[in-house]
Amino acid sequence: MAAETGSGDPLARELSRGRVLWLRGLGHQGFLMGAVVLGVIVMMAVFAPLLAPMDPFEQNLSARLIPPVWDDRGSWAHPLGTDHLGRDYLSRLIYGAQISLLIGIGAAFISGIIGTLMGVAAGYFGGRVDMVISFIITARLATPVILVALAIVAMIGASLEIVIAVLGLLLWDRYALVMRATTQQICANDYITAAKAQGCSLARIVVSEILPNLANNLIVVATLEVANAIILEAALSFLGLGVPPPLPSWGLMVSEGKSYILFDPWLITIPGVMLFLLVLAINLVGDGIRDVTSPEGRN
Amino acid sequence: MLSYALKRTGVAVLLALCVSFGSYMLVFLAGDPAILLAGETGTAADAERIRQIYGFDDPIVFQYANWLGRVLQGDLGRSLYFNQPVTTILLGRIPVTLGLGTAAILFALALAIPLGIAAARWRNTIVDRGALLIAVVGQAMPSFWFSLILVIWFSVKYPLFPTSGSETWRHFVLPTIVLGYFAAPAIMRLTRSGMATVLDSDYIRTARAMGISARKIMFKHALRNAILPVVSLSAAQFGYLLAGSVVVESVFAIHGAGRLAWESVLRSDLPTVQALVLAFSLMYILLTLAADLVNAWLDPRLRS
Repeated sequence: MAAETGSGDPLARELSRGRVLWLRGLGHQGFLMGAVVLGVIVMMAVFAPLLAPMDPFEQNLSARLIPPVWDDRGSWAHPLGTDHLGRDYLSRLIYGAQISLLIGIGAAFISGIIGTLMGVAAGYFGGRVDMVISFIITARLATPVILVALAIVAMIGASLEIVIAVLGLLLWDRYALVMRATTQQICANDYITAAKAQGCSLARIVVSEILPNLANNLIVVATLEVANAIILEAALSFLGLGVPPPLPSWGLMVSEGKSYILFDPWLITIPGVMLFLLVLAINLVGDGIRDVTSPEGRN
Repeated sequence: MLSYALKRTGVAVLLALCVSFGSYMLVFLAGDPAILLAGETGTAADAERIRQIYGFDDPIVFQYANWLGRVLQGDLGRSLYFNQPVTTILLGRIPVTLGLGTAAILFALALAIPLGIAAARWRNTIVDRGALLIAVVGQAMPSFWFSLILVIWFSVKYPLFPTSGSETWRHFVLPTIVLGYFAAPAIMRLTRSGMATVLDSDYIRTARAMGISARKIMFKHALRNAILPVVSLSAAQFGYLLAGSVVVESVFAIHGAGRLAWESVLRSDLPTVQALVLAFSLMYILLTLAADLVNAWLDPRLRS
């Protein structure tokens, strides 16, 4: 009933499962790189008030558009320069990590609950239930997510909570697809038949037989969806219908820098690089977890 | 084959109905659409008049049936902004987006399939890692940011391509690269894993043992089998890519359906938004239907 402990791995017999996974993780280059970058960004978000040199909302119109320190005109007073309202770019960047992570995790959590419930129900019951749920998933796949999200946010009004809720309610398709397939595989096992024959209740079978075996795939999909939600939030904010100003969303920062593309392209480059690094790190960690937890899945 | 085709088409029609209901309901998300349509300066009397014109007092199912009836006759309502039939506006805009989407998916396939094959052929070598790197970077780059970076390099620093507009083919080069690169990673990964599985199979080993040339094995025997799932995925990616044009067309100011969608959302032009959601969904449904039919035609095992 516990997930497989990598049979055939000689270490497995001496070490606990957690330790084996830990050692494999350390040996996985991509996972390690992703984990370090992600760790740094999470630290940035958690300790933002301590790390940020200035108030990210404080405007100073006499110090607008100061370039970063590596430019001749830059200075250490504003290591990454200031934006069009004279706000310290480094401070905004640091606080921006909070927004991206909050939205990514929040949306992936909501969609995770919806998608897992649908996927497990479809996989476990099969038949008509499966047919209906699969149809709903296909209908969702046919919906243009960005456009619908834009339209909903435009109608209800933009705020951090709304963006989380809208993305959470839209991005459950991959969870549902993966959980459905995984549950079908699990239910084909003898221990599920045995549990049913013993008269275990539905709740017990789901909670103690199915869910523990879903965990690996669930974590992998969750990381992908966190990354997906972060990119979508950035796109929505970039288009002016995501996180409202003056919040320092990285997508919004790129959008605000757009007008200065000719002479101050760093306004666009810097927050974009952060978005890229964050999403890359999350994807690497996700791929790493998949490789590490399912050795049979490697290649 | 015929019965499969009929069944699959039936599902597509059901899906289209379901999606059309969804896009119709979009209007009601804001609560009372009449107030929204009346705008911020509208009075209660304005809202009441709109309610009568649009029939918002009728039961929703009834309203939907009415709307669907008109949609089936090609009447998608009037745009609140242009004060023209939405159908006319869409017919002007959708071909631009379809053209951009086609160019982008061709670019994606031209990039992803050779890379995927090479990665599977030389597994766990520098080639494989390079291809993986290209895919991972493509997945992590926000398309709006990638667009702007291309503009900074190829329009501002080295003015090779125009920054915005849709008059000549040169306007479409950068958007095609952005959209295509966005669709490529998934196709590449599937090509690689499909080819890897096929190359490990018994019949390929037999073919090798029989002394058939490596090139013939790759392209005649392996690729044909590995490419089937890629057809379905490419169709789905094409659909996503069309929806993704909302972002890219907005950045490059391309006069297509994607930019129209964004602008209509900002203008609260609900009939146009509704029609565009429907149009994008229908294109996705048609594309996946076509891919499934082609696959079933190529591979009889899929017909059951």
